[in-house]
Amino acid sequence: MARAAFGALISHWLRHPLQLAMLLLGLSLATALWSGVQAINAEARASYAEAAAVLGQNRLTRIEAAAGEPISQEVFVALRRAGWPVSPVLEGSLRLGEARLRLIGIEPLTLPAPARQVDLAAGEDLAGFLRPPGLIFTSAETAARIGAGAADLPPLRRADLPPGLALTDIGVAQRLLGQPGALSHLLLDPAVPAPDPARLPPGLVLIAPEPEGDLARLTNSFHLNLTAFGLLAFAVGLFIVHSAIGLAFEQRRGVFRTLRALGLPLRALTGLLLAELLGLALIAGLVGLALGYGIAAALLPDVAATLRGLYGAEVAGSLRLRPGWALAGLGMALAGALISAGQSLWRLWNLPILAPARPREWARATGRGLRRQAVAGVGLWGAAVALWALGSGLWAGLGVLAGLLLGAAFLLPVLLAALTAGLARGARGVLGQWFWADTRQQLPGLSLALMALLLALAANIGVGTMVASFRVTFTGWLDQRLVSELYITTRDPAEAQAVQGWLAPQVSAILPIWSVEATLAGQRGRIFGVADHATYRDHWPLLAASPGVWDRVAAGEGVLVNEQLARRARLGLGAALALPGGGALPVVGVYSDYGNPEAQAMLGDAALAARVPAAPRLRFALRLNPAQAPALAAALTERFALPPEAILDQAAVKAFSLRVFERTFAVTAALNALTLGVAGLALFASLTTLAGMRLPQLAPLWAMGLRLRHLATLEAVRALALAAFVVLAAVPLGVALAWVLLAVVNVAAFGWRLPMQVFPVDWLKMAGLAGLAALAAAALPVLRLARSAPADLVKVFSNER
Amino acid sequence: MNAKVLALLLALLPGPAFAQGFAGLGGSAEGFALPDPATRLTFPADHGAHPAFRIEWWYLTANLTGPEGTDYGVQWTLFRTALAPGEAPGWDSPQLWMGHAALTTPQAHFVAERLARGGIGQAGVSVAPFAAVIDDWQMLGRTGPGQDALAQLDLTAAGPGFGYDLRLTAEGPLVAQGQGGYSVKSAAGQASHYYSQPFYRVAGTLTVEGRAVPVTGQGWLDREWSSQPLAPDQTGWDWFSLHLEEGARLMAFRLRGASDYISATWIAADGTVTALPPGALRLTPGRTAQVAGRRLPVEWRLELPERGLDITTTALNPQAWMGTSVPYWEGPIRVSGSHKGRGYLEMTGYR
Repeated sequence: MARAAFGALISHWLRHPLQLAMLLLGLSLATALWSGVQAINAEARASYAEAAAVLGQNRLTRIEAAAGEPISQEVFVALRRAGWPVSPVLEGSLRLGEARLRLIGIEPLTLPAPARQVDLAAGEDLAGFLRPPGLIFTSAETAARIGAGAADLPPLRRADLPPGLALTDIGVAQRLLGQPGALSHLLLDPAVPAPDPARLPPGLVLIAPEPEGDLARLTNSFHLNLTAFGLLAFAVGLFIVHSAIGLAFEQRRGVFRTLRALGLPLRALTGLLLAELLGLALIAGLVGLALGYGIAAALLPDVAATLRGLYGAEVAGSLRLRPGWALAGLGMALAGALISAGQSLWRLWNLPILAPARPREWARATGRGLRRQAVAGVGLWGAAVALWALGSGLWAGLGVLAGLLLGAAFLLPVLLAALTAGLARGARGVLGQWFWADTRQQLPGLSLALMALLLALAANIGVGTMVASFRVTFTGWLDQRLVSELYITTRDPAEAQAVQGWLAPQVSAILPIWSVEATLAGQRGRIFGVADHATYRDHWPLLAASPGVWDRVAAGEGVLVNEQLARRARLGLGAALALPGGGALPVVGVYSDYGNPEAQAMLGDAALAARVPAAPRLRFALRLNPAQAPALAAALTERFALPPEAILDQAAVKAFSLRVFERTFAVTAALNALTLGVAGLALFASLTTLAGMRLPQLAPLWAMGLRLRHLATLEAVRALALAAFVVLAAVPLGVALAWVLLAVVNVAAFGWRLPMQVFPVDWLKMAGLAGLAALAAAALPVLRLARSAPADLVKVFSNER
Repeated sequence: MNAKVLALLLALLPGPAFAQGFAGLGGSAEGFALPDPATRLTFPADHGAHPAFRIEWWYLTANLTGPEGTDYGVQWTLFRTALAPGEAPGWDSPQLWMGHAALTTPQAHFVAERLARGGIGQAGVSVAPFAAVIDDWQMLGRTGPGQDALAQLDLTAAGPGFGYDLRLTAEGPLVAQGQGGYSVKSAAGQASHYYSQPFYRVAGTLTVEGRAVPVTGQGWLDREWSSQPLAPDQTGWDWFSLHLEEGARLMAFRLRGASDYISATWIAADGTVTALPPGALRLTPGRTAQVAGRRLPVEWRLELPERGLDITTTALNPQAWMGTSVPYWEGPIRVSGSHKGRGYLEMTGYR
């Protein structure tokens, strides 16, 4: 009996392959987008964990300068001679063309065992490592990225290291980074007894090991954003599944009744349907995983580029299949199918055995739920507003987004119902009245698909507005900030000296660009030394400034902080900021600093030099007549045999910055497009569903003399009208979304607030896209209707239940 | 002597070029200076480092006694090994330094090791005033004008579970080993420059697991440098430094190779040195013990008929194993038989 019943149930799918395809496609797309995003996140997190484990930094206590500035090598020697089992480390960033290496210098003889990343004892490598020119260990991937840049480096050796990381001897690192005698921090060997921590010299602090690492914390918001997108895409995908399952249940009511009448227990029928559902979900889930893997593999290079550009975080460019996200994705597919089918199963459970199938009646009954939906929608909006007013941080920001979007989705059917009722009342002619009334009657069946379309459109408009606002602000900011004609990077202090001497008579100004690492208001960051020059006075983009700001900075009486630091540490003008070298200076200005996640401060050139151990000045900005810049660049390259990437003109730096920017949002754009595609599919599934059920309602019109072609046109117009209504609702929602992204989420995630700008032309494009999606979705049902055989329509009357 | 734990540091470089003999001491010495029988020792310059040679050490052992008559042994060694001959400033220096410190009681043996790069000030040796240091371990001369720079030393070291702070006063002259300080190590002619100060009177304090123990006793310092002290077939050695009760000292070693190479020096109480001819001394291993997974002789018979000497040495603690980068056995011994006394034994290259 069960077998026969199962056969009867399954046969439905064989007769409706499109429905089956919709169900599987919806579920696998939802799973794919979700698990793709999770795969990317898992890959990135694994890379961070690896990076955090480098040199055992997640397990070893370290000693740093209290203000985070470099430690002098003499301090290391003095500590060793006082019995501290410390090992020196110098970390820095080494730019080779466009590749950036995180170079770590170590001292293998004192390095604690947990920090031994590379097995130097396994060959002749130790002697090669210690003796000039030294060796550099990197992963094969990193070595490939360095490429021709390796010509300027000691010989490379392969090692199992995180991407972007290079390990070398401390002496080689000091030379390559141009920081002779400087150390970033010291690692404390846990295997050797150390003196009492209270005897640590002043100015130094013990830092307990961090199990997580800076990168994971820094990039958390980025991954949270991706997850939110994945979840949105999943939810939109579930709308498709819901409508496909709902249709299948409706159409099989007759079969259910017959099976029940034949004696199949309700429990067995439910069980069979559940088994069918889970089986389909499993298939769709597996397909979704495969698709998700593909999506992730395709997007990962962009994500990796983004993370590198935005956070300096290195993520492996190749994807590994990790059981974590794969199992979670499959679980999401099963859970999603169950959630989507929940309503239908519940109805089946409560179905009177001989209840007549009355789709219209059922549809009207659903309409009674509108009031409840309206209450829920308004409630969600209220919650969003309350969260915005009272909450803070990234989670609150995402909560506001969720409340806003879900509330709008709930309110949409209410709004459409009111609109169509009004239009029906105002319509002239019986056909117009019928058109709007019929539209209204279809709303319950379409509302989920329309909600999906609304969410996708609003997300597109919102994110699009955010990105475009960001781009406009960012390019303007770059124009302000990058005013020097040439930027040069020298290889060592001697060369820097020579280059400066040679340049002095030929340019109007040589502005050193140099910085030291520091702990600013408890955050890791950098302090830049700035020369007193019109380049800064006239152009540097300040968000807030005290009177005479540049005079005070030049005199070493005040410090500038970037917006991120000002917001996170709540540093207003006049607030005191503790600096390396002792004492604190008042904040005299706040500058915008997009694209940089870290805290940053600027101090007068001489004032900074007086506070920190001699830091190298290897990079310079040059001011000169722009017309002479190319000639000077060529002469400079030739005179000092500089590598091509050592001299960049303004345009090159801008192009590089913009490229990083575009990459940053490439992933967002891709996810956006996919979400819109999924919403289109949801609409298609719903319209197809309804088309099958609507023949009984259209047949009387046909019988009254309306031509099929005319009826079909009306159906297409209806789809367009509904899409137009949704677009109208999506525009304000999208703008609100953009505002939340710019003013709440970005501030929490990155620490900067951007002015919002609106781009109505983009909305028109979006409206066009939505119309196209609606037409494409309606095309098949409309064509079917137009080609219906008169016999089918006549049958309606004979079969009328 | 001799092949003391020759530059154990070389074990850090177990490449093919260093695979010869114990700790690579049989390796070739390309580019490095070689010991020359014509070279005469000059002080205080020779107390300092000889960077043109590949390996060198400042090797001090002491037999000490606590208030209840308990015997202790102490070792303090600074090894130098060069990746290339000569010196260079900062991290470019090819000189590597290794410190070994040990304290032996009848029940326990404590060991610590330190490694350092030359050129930055973390380790090294200076001559005037004399100072040999690695991290917070120090051997400091506190000698007055006119005295030998090594005549009075302050010695400190500490490691997990132990520490010591000792004062050493030489009660006899420096002693040149071999022929005027040129010590031959094999029939093939491998050799080193080698001198000793075997006449230290020692007083100070040991720290054993947090407990301070006042001690007195005798100490012996060996200074040796070379570039290739072992023949390629030599795999290890057994080395003795003995303080006999009559005041004489005896240094003896056996290099184990295709054929054993035995050498010894008799040092009278007044410092008069007699280099004993090969074959004069007979060395016979006795009872063995299982130490760190190997079997080593912890009792030895030494016979020197021309001096009427027939003695047996017994380890104070058979488990005096140095579990350092290059492992070896080094510990205090007691002397019984025709002569009484005490001393130190080093055994390397046992598998």
